Amino acid sequence: MWARQGRVRLTFPARPCGTVKPVHWRAITRLFGILLLLYSLSFVPSIGVALLYDDQQWDVFAISLLITACSGALLWLPNFRQKDELSLRDGFVVVTLFWGLLGVVGALPFILGLHLNVTDAVFESVSGFTTTGATVIYGIDQLPYSILYHRQQIQWLGGMGIIVLAIAILPLLGVGGMQLYRAEASGVTKHEKMTPRIAQTARVLWLIYLGLTIACALGFRLAGMSSFDAIGHAFATVATGGFSTHDASIGHFDSPAIELVAIVFMLAGGANFAIHFMAWKRHSLSPYAADPEIRGYAMIFAFGTLFVAASLYWAGAYSGSLESLRHGAFQVASILTSTGFGTATFADWPLHIPLTLVILSFTGGCAGSTAGGIKVLRILLLGKLGFRQLFHLAHPRAISVVKLGNRAVSENVLFSVWGFYVLYIITSLLLTVAMMAAGLDLESAFGAVVATINLLGPGLGEVATNFATVDPVVKWLGVFGMLVGRLEVFTLLILFVPAFWRN
Amino acid sequence: MKIIILGAGQVGSTVAQSLSGEANEITVVDRMPGLLKELQDRLDIRTVVGQASHPDVLIEAGIEDADLILAVTNSDETNMVACQIAHSMFHTPTRLARVRAPDYLVHPELFVPDAVPVDVLISPEELVTTFVQHLIEQPGALQILDFLDKRVQLVALCAENGGPLVGKQLRNLGYRLPKVELRVVAIFRRDRAIVPDGETVIEADDEIFFLASRRDIHAVVAAFRPIDKPYRRIIIAGGGNIGKRLAEMLESRYRVKIVERDAKRCRNLAASLRRTIVLHGDASDLSLAKGEGFDQADVYCAVSNDDEVNILSAMLAKRMGVRKSLAIINRSRYVDLVQGSALDIALSPAQITIGAILTHIRRGDFVAVHSLRRGAAEAIEIVAHGDHKTSRVVGRCIDELTLPEGTTVGAIARNAQVIFPQRDTVIESEDHIVVFLADKGKIAEVEKLFQVAVTYI
Repeated sequence: MWARQGRVRLTFPARPCGTVKPVHWRAITRLFGILLLLYSLSFVPSIGVALLYDDQQWDVFAISLLITACSGALLWLPNFRQKDELSLRDGFVVVTLFWGLLGVVGALPFILGLHLNVTDAVFESVSGFTTTGATVIYGIDQLPYSILYHRQQIQWLGGMGIIVLAIAILPLLGVGGMQLYRAEASGVTKHEKMTPRIAQTARVLWLIYLGLTIACALGFRLAGMSSFDAIGHAFATVATGGFSTHDASIGHFDSPAIELVAIVFMLAGGANFAIHFMAWKRHSLSPYAADPEIRGYAMIFAFGTLFVAASLYWAGAYSGSLESLRHGAFQVASILTSTGFGTATFADWPLHIPLTLVILSFTGGCAGSTAGGIKVLRILLLGKLGFRQLFHLAHPRAISVVKLGNRAVSENVLFSVWGFYVLYIITSLLLTVAMMAAGLDLESAFGAVVATINLLGPGLGEVATNFATVDPVVKWLGVFGMLVGRLEVFTLLILFVPAFWRN
Repeated sequence: MKIIILGAGQVGSTVAQSLSGEANEITVVDRMPGLLKELQDRLDIRTVVGQASHPDVLIEAGIEDADLILAVTNSDETNMVACQIAHSMFHTPTRLARVRAPDYLVHPELFVPDAVPVDVLISPEELVTTFVQHLIEQPGALQILDFLDKRVQLVALCAENGGPLVGKQLRNLGYRLPKVELRVVAIFRRDRAIVPDGETVIEADDEIFFLASRRDIHAVVAAFRPIDKPYRRIIIAGGGNIGKRLAEMLESRYRVKIVERDAKRCRNLAASLRRTIVLHGDASDLSLAKGEGFDQADVYCAVSNDDEVNILSAMLAKRMGVRKSLAIINRSRYVDLVQGSALDIALSPAQITIGAILTHIRRGDFVAVHSLRRGAAEAIEIVAHGDHKTSRVVGRCIDELTLPEGTTVGAIARNAQVIFPQRDTVIESEDHIVVFLADKGKIAEVEKLFQVAVTYI
């Protein structure tokens, strides 16, 4: 349904895949010039916060703004007249570079203001933009307000980016869960076209995103946070990022009301924004109930919560069933949506619970959301694929199709889901091996991979709360893992396929 | 009556055949000269070659003074347009059309005189599937038809050794089922009709027609046959329109498997059916049949569009041990050949459909007409009008009616009440009366009997 929807800044003309054109580097450069110029404006609110709280950091952001704007201009001006249309192939390069470049630019205040080294700064910034929420900084409570604000804002912008990327752009490239929502593929709940053009679609999605953020911030404020914390946490909640303005994360507040608000909006951020759109447009909740992915997502959340709460209760980790339920529900929501807020360090819970949560983290949220992981939609399809195989063993001559809701899913889509899954798992395993080679023990390495590729944040073992102590190589592997996870594997990995570059 | 039939397919030609015997002037229009020639050789009708929806073709077929147009070409759109033209240009009084696509059928507001002026929609697939569905819901019955707003059903069954009433007089039925109101309207023994009374002794293989309300049917059937267990496993051979609709209707309550030869069609079926198991292959393929346990099936429905395939695969299934095998057979000659011996039930879609059409062709206030026994017998629901002076039925008791031989009054609906009439039941005006005719040839006499005499008014 998203195919060929005219041109915004990125234009993907309908061209048969066979015609391979060289990558339009100059046009891409021009594009990124404009992008950096625009992005430099995002430092303005941070300057404002710095001046408001008078934390002496305004110059850091002013310098960052200048550097970003100048480099933007440098990229843009020489290529001012480049009006080449970008091809489909350029799309992969653009999308990957977009996250990479923003990761670097967002790192500037960390280098200038906190005097972090480049590795740590980039890790922190990429962790923000990919809405992961893993951190290398200790003593977050003592950070200047403007830097804290900057961290939260990075996550919010990253969430904004991924929604448009996932719903409007990746499907054009034939990647990502949302392609399943295209008309021929399945039209899971007879999705009407949201709007005919990407630019308009993006605007609508951002409005919804903004609306959710404002609602979330109000919720936090009413539940007892300060305005600064409320806005900052709202940024990280709706983006399912997980950065907090406190070392103890949401646990700092120790308030069931705040946790409840967080659970609601983490789950909202992890739901498909196309469904939010439909619900908003029809003024009814029925689109949620009708969508098989949302239903699966709700079921996973419900059963996950019950299981974890029951386990906590039997293990006696908390006094009373209500307390177990509170922590169970919060942790399951936080990890299922790949947010990574904590009220407790789950790595310290009885042994099978961390693994359950790790599995939930691989499951992830819905396609077309800010969450990471494999996505509920794919898990549903993979499960059905498995059952179909069993069915075929019992009925060798039967023909069956995998259905989502009442619609049949085409074999092509199933293959792509299967391919995605295989690449995802292989990448995870290889990253684990690489991290072990870089010196982590098995638990920490696996935990670090789970934390990064699933965009979760907190891991296990040494990286249970913080990545500060690990080797720089591990951090760069983590950066890679986060980008792979955020860009739905294919988008990034295709750049490593030689045939992609061959003219 | 001047009737124009558009489309010389199975329904069109069967209707033409059935109506040409009843002193009607029939013109059949079709694009295929071959089909028409074959029809014209057999029947006393006129034929016109051409696109059925074109006004000049319709004029050539004599639409200007036609009483009724029946559009049964294989295109819904042609049928609807033809009715539209007949209405707007020629003011044809009665317009019947076959419309298959559910997308049209779910919008009844479409079929009104200012939009698509179709008086009666005919959907053979739906009639056939309902027919089969009735049979499956009621094991032991050969045919089940609704009358009087579905309050009463006419059931045909075949008496079998082991039934409590077989070998006994019919009057025993009343002792056996004292609370059940029913009426046996006809018994066919070796294809000859017997007018049943209390003394009639039931024999095995008698074909019995009775009227009863829906909830009593099971008990009545049980009186004539050994106990029929309810069906559970259904095999449908042929995934065409009928097979698909049948599976849709049955899959929630039965375990349904459907066999289809075309792989693409199989995918389509698998995509739209929920619980049915879709099998790709030939229904007569023994390895498939064994692997999927056809021998343990309760009902085997051969519903492809090929008569021979249906007959053979249904026979094969019967031989494998299916409890009841039924097949759709369009050619009436085959029906006589196989029904009752090689397979249990032969269905003729055209015969099933024709009742819906006959309802509108008969003279008199007919509510329903059902063609039975391959068109030889008929059951009708007719409304009595007038008073003691103007009508030959109103104000008279059943005994006084001069009904032709082999004709029985089975049930009467008076307002909300259903009466199974006795000899002395008096018919009132506006009664809905179900009449069974063992011989269809007597229909003209029945029509006449129910006519309101104009001269008396």
